[in-house]
Amino acid sequence: MLSQIGKMSRRAVMAAALAVPLAASPFALQANAETVMRVIPHADLKNLDPIWTTAYISRNHGYMIYDTLFAMDENFVPRPQMVDTWTTSDDGLVWTFVLRDGLKFHDGAPVTGEDVVASLTRWGARDGMGQQLFGVIDTLESPDAKTIVMTLTEPYGLVLESIGKISSNVPFIMPKRIAETDPFEQISEYVGSGPFVFQADEWVPGSKVVYTKFEDYIPRDEPVSAAAGGKIAKVDKVIWQYFPDATTAMNALMAGEVDFYEAPAPDLAPILASNPDITVEVNDPLGSIGFARFNHLLPPFDNADIRRAAIMAMKQEDYLAAGIGDPQFWKTCYSVFPCGTPLENDVGSEVMATGDTEKAKAALEAAGYDGTPVVIMQPTDIAVLSAFSLVTAEKLRDAGFTVQLEAMDWSTLTSRRALKDPVGEGGWNMFHTWWIGADVIDPMAIAFSGNPEKGWFGWAEDAELEEARAAFAKAGSLEEKQEIGRKVQERLWAIGASGELGQFFTPVAYRNNVKGLIKSPVMFFWNMSVE
Amino acid sequence: MLYYIFKRVLMTIPVMVIVALFVFLMLRLSPGDPAAVIAGDYATAEDVARIREQLGLSEPIVVQFTKWLGQLAQGDLGTSIFSNKPVAELIAQRIEPTMLLALTTIIFSVLVAVPLGTLAAYRAGSWIDRVVMLFSVGGFSVPVFVLGYVLIYILSLNLKLLPVQGYRSPFTEGIGPFFAHITLPTLTLSVIFIALIARMTRASVIEVLEEDYVRTARAKGQSEFKVLMRHALRNAAVPIITVIGIGIALLIGGVVVTESVFNIPGLGRLVLDAVLARDYPIIQGLILFFSFIYIVLNLLIDLSYSLLDPRIRY
Repeated sequence: MLSQIGKMSRRAVMAAALAVPLAASPFALQANAETVMRVIPHADLKNLDPIWTTAYISRNHGYMIYDTLFAMDENFVPRPQMVDTWTTSDDGLVWTFVLRDGLKFHDGAPVTGEDVVASLTRWGARDGMGQQLFGVIDTLESPDAKTIVMTLTEPYGLVLESIGKISSNVPFIMPKRIAETDPFEQISEYVGSGPFVFQADEWVPGSKVVYTKFEDYIPRDEPVSAAAGGKIAKVDKVIWQYFPDATTAMNALMAGEVDFYEAPAPDLAPILASNPDITVEVNDPLGSIGFARFNHLLPPFDNADIRRAAIMAMKQEDYLAAGIGDPQFWKTCYSVFPCGTPLENDVGSEVMATGDTEKAKAALEAAGYDGTPVVIMQPTDIAVLSAFSLVTAEKLRDAGFTVQLEAMDWSTLTSRRALKDPVGEGGWNMFHTWWIGADVIDPMAIAFSGNPEKGWFGWAEDAELEEARAAFAKAGSLEEKQEIGRKVQERLWAIGASGELGQFFTPVAYRNNVKGLIKSPVMFFWNMSVE
Repeated sequence: MLYYIFKRVLMTIPVMVIVALFVFLMLRLSPGDPAAVIAGDYATAEDVARIREQLGLSEPIVVQFTKWLGQLAQGDLGTSIFSNKPVAELIAQRIEPTMLLALTTIIFSVLVAVPLGTLAAYRAGSWIDRVVMLFSVGGFSVPVFVLGYVLIYILSLNLKLLPVQGYRSPFTEGIGPFFAHITLPTLTLSVIFIALIARMTRASVIEVLEEDYVRTARAKGQSEFKVLMRHALRNAAVPIITVIGIGIALLIGGVVVTESVFNIPGLGRLVLDAVLARDYPIIQGLILFFSFIYIVLNLLIDLSYSLLDPRIRY
């Protein structure tokens, strides 16, 4: 062989050398029948443990590779997913769940009750709803391989809503050996029983994540409905390719180099929509809710009347126009629960719907504002929140507040907002954020907490609010829940917990050959195909 | 010469230690907290504190620094707080695209810029000189991202000659896809380096062309080509090589915009992502790595002087 090479001309050797890698190129592989869907996710997948972090991208990764006992359908009703049958004792204290037949992890091991117990326990140590559920759990056991028995100390109305919650942290089921990891440490093995298998060797943080179809996954028979129903992987491979630059992502979709763009900026949507090969639509029926959060511990916002005066100055249309732009992607909503969800109501919302500088001015004067400066943290690296901050600064100044805008990046803001110190020692008065609608559909959301010890940054305090939230956890019927929802909302507006800045929707964009998109507040990739 | 190299290599040790200390302190004293980023919106202050403790961030800075130095001494750059992957592995994943983009850019830039600069110097004051200098000023003035988008719009979206984005490894995916994907970012980055190197070449060659030995070479009847190549360019090479060396260092550490515009998973983007997330181990590891590269490049540049100019001896 060596002697034969020796007789070849230099040009022939070079041609042969070039031919080998070219034969192995993607162009040469096009004849392969493997179906691949290339996706631009909304963020880079930095972390693979959806219990350790609440990042939405880690949650979406969780849905790719893990399964859940229950899952929320498009009407926000929890439906069985890994569970086949379940029963509740007459006194509501004993819940028995039986797993479906044939459930397997990606390593071939069967899913057992012990895996479920370990997974729920880890989740219950980190997730807010999980902590509340485990607060009333007496025992959680697995008497046999397919059965889980949960015994409560008192009746609890949100058992299925908790273990079937759709957004972070989702109670994903992992193998026992992995789920026994300390809840405050990351897992280091990524084995689930969901419809796709994570390819750890191909993961390049900041760039690429590869999932392949799990051939042994047995989907449910019911039609898909949000997170519930049969999860059928219709492509062999899903590649998440992260694009840090929105314009490049748009260009890649227009050039056909990717199939699906999860979260194009609203200002790019018209350009994408003008391309006949691309569909742009809103896929998340709930969207996101903008929040202006006050620090209830520090002056001037330690006074509820001053907080309410600030809320009166806020006009949702101005925020949404500045932060989102195109009106087709936003709507005003004065309910603290997202408009279009079962608990939506209008109790006490006049304060938010005012949007009147003169009334805000009068309310501020009546509240006895003494000119204490309001420090607003402005995250300049997140365009929507930066715009919200600017609008608030202007609105509050017009209403008579003294305002100090402090520019910083989001990372700095997240660490600073945890400080309860006075402003001069690193504290703050206001910041802006958004919650996805699915995270604030009921009073159990931490955003609605009235307990400063265990509540959200800003540390609102209201005993009546906490009573109502506790009652919600025990409520049975929808009517009862709606009644309590109204009470919670009444308290939230009465104490001026936060300003709510309206509901906005990030569209998705995809090539027309992509089919089977699921309407949901969370992006799922089962049921989707590339034709 | 060997003694000089040995001395320079030894000097890298204190430099690296100072860089390590500076970077460590700078990160710890600047605002931002990875624990808060990890904890997210749902967390209570206790959750954040617990995560800080797990990450070892609640220990005194001196203890953290000592631990990190201990790791470094064993050749361990640490583990990313977020991805839980070794920093060395993350750098290794990103080094190929960055190095090859730097290589193609610098080769293309030198091949275009040195002849252009030499020609401009030889025809100093002529229309050729003015055109080259106009290009040079333009190259400096146009922002990289604007040029990148324009090239994508023309060559990718309209003419469909090249892909919009991405990187393909020549080692695993073939030479064809590699060149198809690297061409646009190379062209984009090259413009500024062509401008820089061409200006430097022109200035250096003009200076040398006025030297006595060039006049002597001409008087001896040597052709203008030989005068330019053998006498002028060779003697003008030292500043040109310096600029090229600095260019390589800049290309390895600082092409975040180009990597973002063309979606190349290189080191520049790794730095940016790590800084925004406050992923301390990655930032520390990368800055040390870049410092090492800078030191090595500077040493190579210094050594090349003696090859190009026999009067320089170490």
